[in-house]
Amino acid sequence: MYRYDEFDQDFVHARVAEFSDQVQRRLAGEITEDQFRPLRLMNGVYLQLHAYMLRIAVPYGTLNSRQLRMLAHIARKYDKGYGHFTTRQNIQFNWPALSDIPAILADLASVEMHAIQTSGNCIRNVTADHFAGAAADEVADPRPYAEILRQWSSVHPEFSYLPRKFKIAVTGAERDRAAIQTHDIGLHLKKNAAGELGFAVYVGGGQGRTPMVARKIRDFLPEAELLSYCTAILRVYNLYGRRDNKFKARIKILVHETGVEEITRQVEAEWQALKDAELKLPEADIQAINAYFAPPALVSRPEGDDAVKRARLDSKSFSEWLDQNVVTHRHPDYAAVTISLKGIGEVPGDATDSQMEAVADIAEKYAFDELRVSHEQNLILPHVARADLKAVYDALVEIGLATANSNLISDIISCPGLDYCALATARSIPVAQEISRRFASLERQREIGELKLKISGCINACGHHHVGHIGILGVEKKGTELYQVTLGGSADENTSVGEIIGRGFSSEEITDAIEQIVDTYLGLRLNPDERFIDAYRRVGPAPFKEALYAGETKAA
Amino acid sequence: MKVLTANRLSDGIAVWYAAGGWAETVGHADIAYDKTAEDRLEAIGAAAAANNEVVDVNIIDVAIVDGLVEPVRLREKIRAAGPTIRTDLGKQASPQPARAA
Repeated sequence: MYRYDEFDQDFVHARVAEFSDQVQRRLAGEITEDQFRPLRLMNGVYLQLHAYMLRIAVPYGTLNSRQLRMLAHIARKYDKGYGHFTTRQNIQFNWPALSDIPAILADLASVEMHAIQTSGNCIRNVTADHFAGAAADEVADPRPYAEILRQWSSVHPEFSYLPRKFKIAVTGAERDRAAIQTHDIGLHLKKNAAGELGFAVYVGGGQGRTPMVARKIRDFLPEAELLSYCTAILRVYNLYGRRDNKFKARIKILVHETGVEEITRQVEAEWQALKDAELKLPEADIQAINAYFAPPALVSRPEGDDAVKRARLDSKSFSEWLDQNVVTHRHPDYAAVTISLKGIGEVPGDATDSQMEAVADIAEKYAFDELRVSHEQNLILPHVARADLKAVYDALVEIGLATANSNLISDIISCPGLDYCALATARSIPVAQEISRRFASLERQREIGELKLKISGCINACGHHHVGHIGILGVEKKGTELYQVTLGGSADENTSVGEIIGRGFSSEEITDAIEQIVDTYLGLRLNPDERFIDAYRRVGPAPFKEALYAGETKAA
Repeated sequence: MKVLTANRLSDGIAVWYAAGGWAETVGHADIAYDKTAEDRLEAIGAAAAANNEVVDVNIIDVAIVDGLVEPVRLREKIRAAGPTIRTDLGKQASPQPARAA
C-alpha cells in the first residue's frame, strides 16, 4: 500500500501542529466559534448531539494492521471503546473531547493517518472498489489513481473553497462496487481497443435531497490526463456552481440545470487549454505510484481446494459463510473475505476496540497485512489463501464477526441517525436492528437472496436510501418518526434512484411493511435467481403498493 | 415551558443551565415559564457562548414528568439521555439524582 514520503509526513505533521494550535486558541477563548468552526470542519471535527465527532480518513478504504490497531487504541483511550465505519470508507468516533483531538491527530500521524478534508466544501476522501487489487474481474487496480487524486486534491488552493463538498469514486471493474454513479465525479478505469488504460468519466451524481444519477461525459480519457480533466471539471463547477443556495450547490444541480451536453462542451473546452501540459501525468510518476500498490507475493497454495472441501463437510456454518462472504480472487488459490459488521441486531458499521485489534491480528497473520473498509460499512480482507479460510473464519467466530450475511437483507447500510447526528430527523439504527432481528434466520435470508436495504435518518441520505433496492428514509412528522419507503434503487453499474412507494410508516409499522414487501417479492419472482431488484424492474411498484396499501383503499 | 441547553466547549458534552451553572443532566434545569424568563435564559446563553464556555446554545421546550424536567422533542430527549441503542452510554448510563422534595 501507499507509504508516506517525506513530503507527506511533513505535511501531516505540520497540519497537526497547526490545528493543535487552533484548538488551544479556541479553548483559551482567543478565537470564536464562528472563526473556529470552518477550521475544525477542515480537520474532521463535527459537533453532534452528545459530543464532538471526529471523522478520520481511510484513503480509498485501505488500511494496514498497524493503522487499525491505532484506531482501536483511539477508541479505547479517547473514546468509548468503539468506532463507526462509514459509507465513505472512513471511520468516525462519537465521543472525543475537543481538548483530546490534538493528541488523537498526533497518534494518527504516527501511523500515516489524518482527518484532513473529511468535511467542508472541498474534495473529500476519494473512494474505490473495496476489492481493488484482488478482484478477478478487474482491469487494473483503481487505487493508484485514487492516490494520485488524493495528492492532487489535498489542500488544493483552487479547490479548497468549492460551492459545496465534492466526492470522487474510482472503480477498475465493469461490475461497479464503488457506486461511482452516485458521486460528483465517477471514474471507471478501463482499457480501450488498443489496450491502453483510461477512464470513462461520469459527472453529477449524488444523493441528498435531490438524488441524481451521474451522466457520462467522456467514454475514454487517457490515464495520463486524469488530473487535467478533473481540473477542467472542477474549474467549470467552481465557476458556475451555485453559491446562493446550499441545497442547489452540488455539481449535480449544475449538470441538471445546464444540461449534460453544455456541461460536456464547457469541460472539454476548459480541458483543451489544460491537456498535454503540466498536469499531464508522466508515465514514470504513474509507475512510481503503481509500485506502492504492487500486489503481495501470492505464493501458490494449491492445498486450499482440498482444505476448503474438507472444512465445508465439517461445518455447515463455515460453508454458509464461504458461500456468502467469500469472493473469487484473481489468483485461484486465494479469496477476498468480507468481515460483516452487521451481526444480527447489532449497529451497522460499529466495531469495538478489541474487535479491531483482533481483526488487525488476523490481517497480519493471514492477509498480508491488508484491510479495506467497504462503503457498505464492512471490513474486507482482500487477499486470503483459500487454505487459510477456515482459520480466518474460526478467528472471526471468536470475536463475533463471522455473520454470513454479505449482500443479504440484514447487511444493512445505516447512517447514525438521530441517536447521534445533529442533522437527523429520525432514528435509523433501531430500524436497522429490528429488521435485522426480524430476518435473523440465515436460511430465510438466503432464500430471499441479494437484497440491498439502506436506511437514512434524514434527507441528506448518508445511509444511501435512494439507491437501496429497498430504501428507508426517516423523517419527523408531527413530532414523531415516520419512515418513507423507496423501492428499485441501486448503486451498481446500472444505478437507479428508488421510487417512493406510498405513505410512510410509523416506527411500529416499518418492519412489518418491509416484511410485506419481501413476501410480495418472493411471491412474484420468476425463480430464485431473479433478484429483488430485477423483479422490481420487471413488475414495477404496483404489486408492492397493492400489498402495502390495498386494505386502506378498501377501508376508505 | 422552556430550558436553556448547549454543548460544553471543551468536550462537547450536552449541558443544561441550572442554578447558576451548567449541569450535565436536564432534570433540574432552570425553567422559563414566561417570555421574560425566556429572555433571561437567552441572554445567559449568549453570554456563556461569548465567554467560550459553551457552543450551540438553544432554548428548548420541556415538560415536567415525575417531578423532573423532560424535553418534549425526541431529538432533545435523546440528547438528554444518550443513544437509544446504547443505554450504557450518555447520561442514561449513570443514575439521575431524584429531585429534592
